Amino acid sequence: MNYSEKVMDHFINPRNVGEIEDADGIGEVGNAKCGDIMKMYLKIDDDTITDCKFKTFGCGAAVATSSMATEMIKGKSISDALQLTNSAVMEALDGLPPVKIHCSVLAEQAVKAALTDYYQKQGIDPEPIVGKVPEMEEEED
Amino acid sequence: MEKRIIYADHSATTAVSDEVLQAMLPYFKENYGNPSSIYRIGRENERAILDARARIAACLGADPKEIFFTAGGSESDNWAIKGVADKLAAKGKKHIITSVFEHHAVLHTCEFLEKHGFEVTYLPVSPDGLIDPQQVADAIREDTALVTIMYANNEIGTIQPIAEIGAICKAKGVLFHTDAVQAVGNVEIDVKAQNIDLLSLSGHKFHAPKGIGALYIRKGVTLPNLIHGGGQESGKRAGTENVPGIVGLAKAIELATADIPAKTAKLTPLRDKLIDGILKIQDTRLNGSREHRLPGSVNISFVGIEGESLLLMLDHYGIMASSGSACTSGSLDPSHVLLSLGLSHEVAHGSLRLSFGEEFTEADADYILAVLPEIVERLRAMSPMWETIQKEGIHFNEDKTKLVK
Ligand SMILES: Cc1ncc(COP(=O)(O)O)c(C=O)c1O
Ligand SMILES: [Zn+2]
Repeated sequence: MNYSEKVMDHFINPRNVGEIEDADGIGEVGNAKCGDIMKMYLKIDDDTITDCKFKTFGCGAAVATSSMATEMIKGKSISDALQLTNSAVMEALDGLPPVKIHCSVLAEQAVKAALTDYYQKQGIDPEPIVGKVPEMEEEED
Repeated sequence: MEKRIIYADHSATTAVSDEVLQAMLPYFKENYGNPSSIYRIGRENERAILDARARIAACLGADPKEIFFTAGGSESDNWAIKGVADKLAAKGKKHIITSVFEHHAVLHTCEFLEKHGFEVTYLPVSPDGLIDPQQVADAIREDTALVTIMYANNEIGTIQPIAEIGAICKAKGVLFHTDAVQAVGNVEIDVKAQNIDLLSLSGHKFHAPKGIGALYIRKGVTLPNLIHGGGQESGKRAGTENVPGIVGLAKAIELATADIPAKTAKLTPLRDKLIDGILKIQDTRLNGSREHRLPGSVNISFVGIEGESLLLMLDHYGIMASSGSACTSGSLDPSHVLLSLGLSHEVAHGSLRLSFGEEFTEADADYILAVLPEIVERLRAMSPMWETIQKEGIHFNEDKTKLVK
C-alpha cells in the first residue's frame, strides 16, 4: 500500500487518540462489517471546539484520516468544522491510494455525527445546520 | 528490545536464494543462446532445460515428459482447468468440482467456465479448514470432468487429504488437479502414489524467481495447446524458454524438497510456540486445523482490531506479515478463505498470517511474541469496537467464529 510519509506518521503517532469523559458531542460512524468504525468526541465552548479526541477501528488510512481530522478542527469554530471535507483531510495527508478513498469519508462523517449529537443534546434540531449524517448500519448476522 | 527485521510472509513470496541465483547467472550472460539454436550455446541451453525438467520431475515422482514450464501458479491453474474443461466438454462432461476456499487463480477460472456453460460445485470446508474426501466422492457425477482441490491453503495453511481425494478420483475415473503452490517443499509429494493427474507449482514460493512455474500433466492426459507458436514445450506452450528461470526452478525445487522431514522438525516447534504464545492474548482464535497445517504457517484472528493496522504496526517493528482483512484488498469483504470457515466479518477483519521458512529462528519467534501483545493492546485501546465489546460483555460464541452478547 503506497501510503505517504504523512499518512504513516499519523498512523504510527496518531494525534488526539482517546475519549473525552464529559464530551459535549459524540459521533460514531461506519460499521464492523465494512471494516472501519470511527468515534469522535468533541468538547465545545461557546461555538469553539476546544478539544477533540477519536477512537478508530480500521485500516491505516482510517486511523490517519481520523487523526488529521481532529487536528484540523481543534480550536476551530463549529462553522469551520462543518466545512471540513474528506478531500481536504486527504490533501493534508498528501493524498491516499485510490482504493483507500472510501476509508477517508468517515472522518468528515464522524465530525458531523458528533456535532449532530451536540445540537441534539442542546435541544436544537441539527439537520438544518449539520445536514444529514448517514445512519450507522447495524451488523446483521 | 533490539529491533529485528523478520520476513514472515513466505506464503506471499520468497527471496531468490544464493544457490539458485548462482545457478541462474550463467544463463543471463555467457550462456545466452536460444535453446532452439544449433551452435554450442544454443545446445547448452537445450541441455539445461532437459536437465532441469528431469530434476524437477524427480522431486515430484513424475516423468520428465510430464513437466511443462509455465509462468507460475496462476498460469498452471488456468491451463489445467480450462484445458481439461475444453477437452472433456466435447465428451459431454461439463461439470467441475472445486472448493470454496481455493486461490482466485482457480476460483475465477471456474467462474469464467460457468459463464461458458459449465457447472461448478464449490465444496464447503470444515470449520478447521479441511475438505472432506467423502464430500468429493458424493459430488462426482456422470458428467464430472475434473476435481480441482488445493494441496495446502495459502491463507490458513491447512493441508488437504490429497491422497484420499486422488484415490477417489481414480476409482471414479475423474481427472484430479491440485494447486500445490503452497505445498511444494513443505510436504512430500508423489504424483503417482497420490494419483494426481495435474499439479500446479510456482517457483517464487520456494526461492526461485517470480514468473516461473510448472504444470505436471500425467502421461495419457492431453491438454489443448496453451500458446500457439513454435515447438517449445512439445508445442503446447510456445515461446522461447525462460532458461534462467527454468534452471533456477530446478535448483530451488531440489533444495526445497531435499530434506522435508528436517525442515518440518525445525519449523513445527517454532510454529507451535508462536501459536501457543499468541493465543495467550485474550480473544484470539487460530484459523485452520492445528494438526493438518504447513510447518511454517500461522493464522490468528484478533477481536476488536483491524488487520491492516496490525500489519502496519508490525512493519513498524520490522515484522513483515499479511492479513485477510478487507481493506488491503480494496473490497469491503474480508478474505473468502476466512469467511469459508464460518467467521463473521468482524472476526475475519482482524486476522494475521505469519508464514516463514528455514531461516526463521527461535529469536525471531521470541521477538514476535514480545512485540505482538503490545501492538494488540495499543490498537485495542484505540478501537471503538473493542470498547463496545468490553462495555456490553460481547464475547466469542462456542466455536469462536462470531461475537455474541
Ligand atoms: C495457492 C496458490 N495458488 C496460486 C498462486 C499464484 O501463483 P503465481 O503468483 O505464481 O501466479 C498462489 C500465489 O499467490 C497461491 O498461493
Ligand atoms: Zn479502510
